Amino acid sequence: MNQDIYVVIEHLRGQVADISYLMLVGARALAQTTGGEVIAVLLGHDAQGLANNMAANKVLYVDHPALAEFTSDAYQKTLAGLIREREPRAVLFASSSIGADVSGVLSARLNLPLISSCQSFSADGRPISQICGGKIMAESDLPDTTTLLTMIPGGYKPEEGQSGKAPEIIKMEAPSLDNLRVTLKQYIEPEAGDVDISKEPIIISVGRGIQNQDNIEIAEELAKALGGVVAASRPVVDQGWMSTSRLVGKSGKKVKPKIYLALGISGAPEHVEGMGESEVIIAINTDTNAPIFNVAKYGTTIDLFDLVPALTEKLREIKKA
Amino acid sequence: MNIVALFKLVPDLVEELEIDQNGTALNTDFLRLIINEFDDHAIEQAILLKERSGARVSVLGPDIEGADDVLYTAASKGADQVIKLTGDFQGKANNHAMARAVASTLKELQADLILTGVQANTDLDGSMGALLAEYLDMPYVGYVSGVNTVDGKVVARKEYPGGLVAEMEIKLPAVLGIQAAEQPPRYVAVSKVRQAMKTATIEERPLAEADLSGGSTIHRMFKPEAGTRAEMIEGSADEVAARLVGIFKEIGVL
Ligand SMILES: Cc1cc2nc3c(=O)[nH]c(=O)nc-3n(C[C@H](O)[C@H](O)[C@H](O)COP(=O)(O)OP(=O)(O)OC[C@H]3O[C@@H](n4cnc5c(N)ncnc54)[C@H](O)[C@@H]3O)c2cc1C
Repeated sequence: MNQDIYVVIEHLRGQVADISYLMLVGARALAQTTGGEVIAVLLGHDAQGLANNMAANKVLYVDHPALAEFTSDAYQKTLAGLIREREPRAVLFASSSIGADVSGVLSARLNLPLISSCQSFSADGRPISQICGGKIMAESDLPDTTTLLTMIPGGYKPEEGQSGKAPEIIKMEAPSLDNLRVTLKQYIEPEAGDVDISKEPIIISVGRGIQNQDNIEIAEELAKALGGVVAASRPVVDQGWMSTSRLVGKSGKKVKPKIYLALGISGAPEHVEGMGESEVIIAINTDTNAPIFNVAKYGTTIDLFDLVPALTEKLREIKKA
Repeated sequence: MNIVALFKLVPDLVEELEIDQNGTALNTDFLRLIINEFDDHAIEQAILLKERSGARVSVLGPDIEGADDVLYTAASKGADQVIKLTGDFQGKANNHAMARAVASTLKELQADLILTGVQANTDLDGSMGALLAEYLDMPYVGYVSGVNTVDGKVVARKEYPGGLVAEMEIKLPAVLGIQAAEQPPRYVAVSKVRQAMKTATIEERPLAEADLSGGSTIHRMFKPEAGTRAEMIEGSADEVAARLVGIFKEIGVL
């Protein structure tokens, strides 16, 4: 085993995901404790250019037509060989649709430990994971063997993982990628929706605390009075109460409004991933321990059904005056 | 076709969570456990597939307090077989141990399609589905929010950020990590669950010995540091509303 930290670069349809740059920053922090280098691992087809901005010592690049778009089987096969042969100290994957399909399978296939939902590393190189919907942090020992990790955002800034220049690129041989069990049939584009919440300056967002579809109206009234739009957390969208185009978070949109008012949203990491960079977050949640209060600037534990109508009323009075 | 939906029980996050005296695990004394919400979606997806194209659905999970409830509820929704996995490692085992042990039971069941929640709030060594798939030498696709079966294969809707969906074709047998069923988990009346308690039988199957390798040791568990905590606004609804109006003015949106 060497002391290098590998980062599996995540990219989709020609775009490198922010989390990839963020992981390069995390890898640098970890590499400082192990004394190794930061090495980006890029899989793709005619995709070498994606490495141009990566703050890494080197890039290992594997090119193959079967890697043009992500499929779990092809990624697993390619990375299994690479990790087995080179034995890095650790391999970082994104905790995402791509990373989660690959990391667990490789852990089992290569018999290597896996630590998931890692947000940062302690000064002595211990991974710190966020679990239980953001209510608990777990600091793990880094096992004495090549360790696989999945990373969530929040601990490092993606901009710091961008170097503005191309690192040294080493081309690697792809394994045979025939007889794949998983194939991509097609992409289905997201529905456009009536508004693009990622561009809105004032967002009133509703979570499971809103209880039912009818109650969403009070959020709409408030949005109207304040001049904003209504967005939602995942359970609200999964219930079919609001359209997917209004979803904020890991599987929805990233928003950065001037004001994000969260009504009955707990602040799970997957939600915070989409709104954590809002300028001012105001959280209304009856649970004093709700993790949303760790990212909000202002908070209150008043029942949203008492507060929201009162607030709407006040805003209307001001408008009238 | 045999579809197996796998569930686990996780802490109810509505409750306050406590860390035990050693500072390395959750205090389980008063911990209220509920079904992992994504596993609930996996069960729903299994039932939907049965209704649409015919299948035999088995639901299984570890024998922990609350499991009977989940299993009888699944039976009342239409599951053909409900199974409890007995063993001495209960909620303490990591996902690697659980996946290895469950793999042998799943071989006995000759599952064609295994559905499980994409993740659970206590996962610290990856998600069940991916590990299980590899121990069973089956393909894995996660972040799935819709499944169709077409002769010997499934087509799954795999979610990417921003609402983008990839349609993946997967050879059976396979394991899928379910993010959301095509419709929210159905509600069943308590009376129907009671009826299932009379008619359905929960099978018990012993789990193989727990092998914890593949996980890590927790050095320290703690609640997020309060350093960045929000400024809390106290008072009546009216007072808080007035203060919020003040904040809106300060920010310049009013
Ligand atoms: C792979 C993956 C991707 C995901 N992607 C997303 C995503 O894009 N977006 C997303 O939002 N989630 C996503 N999730 C789900 C996420 O993990 C959480 O389950 C979800 O964010 C919880 O939504 P919530 O906060 O609305 O509900 P809950 O966590 O149930 O919180 C409801 C909150 O409302 C409060 N409340 C209840 N009643 C009241 C009241 N009367 N007044 C005030 N407060 C009240 C409660 O105290 C509680 O904190 C994803 C999960 C996975 C596994």
